[in-house]
Amino acid sequence: MALGKSISFKMSNPIIKVENLSKSYIIGHESRERYTTLRDQMTQKAKSWFSFGTKEKIKHTTEEFWALKDINFEINKGDRVGIIGRNGAGKSTLLKILSRITEPTTGKITIGGRVASLLEVGTGFHPELTGRENIFLNGAILGMSRVEIRKKFDEIVDFAEVEKFLDTPVKRYSSGMYVRLAFAVAAHLEPEILIVDEVLAVGDALFQKKCLGKMEDVSKNEGRTVLFVSHNLSAIRTLCNSGIYLTDGKTIGKEIINTTIHNYNSSVQINTSLKSHLLVGSLILKSIEIKDSPSSLSNVTIKFSLYVENDTVLNSLVMLIYNNIGQRMAILDFRDKIKIKEFLKGQVIYFTNVINKIPIIEGDYSIGFYISTDQKTMNILELARFTVSPKKPETETYIIPYDVSNRGLIELEYKTDITVEYD
Amino acid sequence: MNSETIIITPHTTEKNYWRDLWRFRELFYILSWRDIKVRYKQTVIGATWAVIRPLLTTIVFTVVFNKVAKLEPPTAVPYALMVFVAMLPWQFFSNALSEASNSLVGNANLISKVYFPRMIVPASAVITSLVDLAISFGILVVLLLSYWYFPGWQILFLPLFILLAFIIAFGSGLFITALNVKYRDFRYIIPFIIQFGLYITPVGFSSSIIPGKWKIWYALNPMVGVIDGFRWCILSEPLQVNNLLISIGIAIIVLFIGVRYFRSTEKSFADHI
Repeated sequence: MALGKSISFKMSNPIIKVENLSKSYIIGHESRERYTTLRDQMTQKAKSWFSFGTKEKIKHTTEEFWALKDINFEINKGDRVGIIGRNGAGKSTLLKILSRITEPTTGKITIGGRVASLLEVGTGFHPELTGRENIFLNGAILGMSRVEIRKKFDEIVDFAEVEKFLDTPVKRYSSGMYVRLAFAVAAHLEPEILIVDEVLAVGDALFQKKCLGKMEDVSKNEGRTVLFVSHNLSAIRTLCNSGIYLTDGKTIGKEIINTTIHNYNSSVQINTSLKSHLLVGSLILKSIEIKDSPSSLSNVTIKFSLYVENDTVLNSLVMLIYNNIGQRMAILDFRDKIKIKEFLKGQVIYFTNVINKIPIIEGDYSIGFYISTDQKTMNILELARFTVSPKKPETETYIIPYDVSNRGLIELEYKTDITVEYD
Repeated sequence: MNSETIIITPHTTEKNYWRDLWRFRELFYILSWRDIKVRYKQTVIGATWAVIRPLLTTIVFTVVFNKVAKLEPPTAVPYALMVFVAMLPWQFFSNALSEASNSLVGNANLISKVYFPRMIVPASAVITSLVDLAISFGILVVLLLSYWYFPGWQILFLPLFILLAFIIAFGSGLFITALNVKYRDFRYIIPFIIQFGLYITPVGFSSSIIPGKWKIWYALNPMVGVIDGFRWCILSEPLQVNNLLISIGIAIIVLFIGVRYFRSTEKSFADHI
């Protein structure tokens, strides 16, 4: 009897149970086709006398798009689950449904605890209000009572390290301060289940470490459940014990984190093409190009252009470079390079960047952006990929280099002088 | 599973909704506070707008309808006072309706990222207008003093008429804002309705001049009951109880339709906003 009790499993009572979950959206299409029948030709001719010449017939159709297809999984109390997948796999949609922001099309979800979601940094922050006022505003929106916020106020300010700027409007904050403050408020919620969408991407290493540490602390020491979406695989590996890998709206379910990461990595295709991508609301990535096949310690030119669809104020733009296991290698910070931040509809912004002697080891890399405009702040990852080949061998002596996995992340340019003497 | 268990399926009307409204009750106040604070940041004249608008409209009405068109109030009360007393609830209603109608779309960033009962958003818009009403009451007191006019015992019923105005504004606001999420036309329809309403509502005139055969149609406008009530409470103008009863009936129907429609479409707001 006693033996049976000691090997009882936790799995009998999951805190989140998802069964047959699907979510569909209706998307519209305008297809233009040339008219083919005589009747069409005649009606179009008649119409064109009065209109200013749509020479084509525009057909409006709709299509059902399934963002999530038959998802099943269970999460236990105290789990730290990493949800990973490519862009467009359905991760944010899943989180929105779990947070009750949108409803499922089919399926059933059972949640046994209070949920707090951090799907965007600074939700509800109003730029005109001060840091102090926004703490109360944001806290209330996330579900804290004023009494709770007052009690934790000092802790929050301490975590965010913004004490000096508490009474300035947040529109004057740096993006780092903004993120720190937003996370600080959310971190001090006391939900049973904490859901975090990729919000940590900007923020220095110290801050990221702090946030991950807090999430780990909240889970291990307070028994809370954490769901974490990120493209940063090393952060996921550090924090999470289980993972869910989403691909095209489907998933196998919850697995041990290493298995999940392995599944994700092995599905990643290598390509150097780009996607013409809608970056943020009004800015579209028109083109991105890496000139000349780069090799370690060679000069690399990266060119890209942004098309401005509507008047935008571009507050920050940062190019992020990641290696193939999702570690951020370097950034190109354009904030001080963009002199005038207001851009008008119809403009195209051309960037030409030259990196001198790129000091990264050979391998596959990907490029993403962190953008902050007057409308939105976002990270967009995996916009383009490029491959760096091994550094050009020095002609005097050529030795076979050690394997890439032993050589670290950086390629150094160094000079060594060796002399031998008697002591 | 403990009492906190939530089950999410398509098309559930949540039993937890009213409990959630209670849990998030502070949000009613906080969203209003935010709107008011932001309104007056970096302004010089900010807070005085709440005073200037009803005052200016009263002056214009007095000049045009009383001095030029020679419309006279039914009792011994001065025309300007008669208009101002009606201006108060009318401004409250028109502001509340305008703000509430656009409240969901205006807070799209919240709707798409955070969970809370969505009814709080239009409700806080109406509450913000209540604050403006309170400020206008200050001017009313000044006006009453300057005309040396003191209201009778009927003033005690004033809160009831404020409540009636709130119900009308909130009910119609809920309905319009829910419609506006999917069909953005309503943003353009509302200002027109309010302008039109100003002429069929007894702001610039008194209900007593409406001829008998039109009275029923006229009273279908629920604000008629509110304004007649305000005038009865503050100026002791005779109250037409039939109009009032019709207005109360319409108000309750509007509230019911508003709440029902809002609750039934609430789940899809995040997808359409």
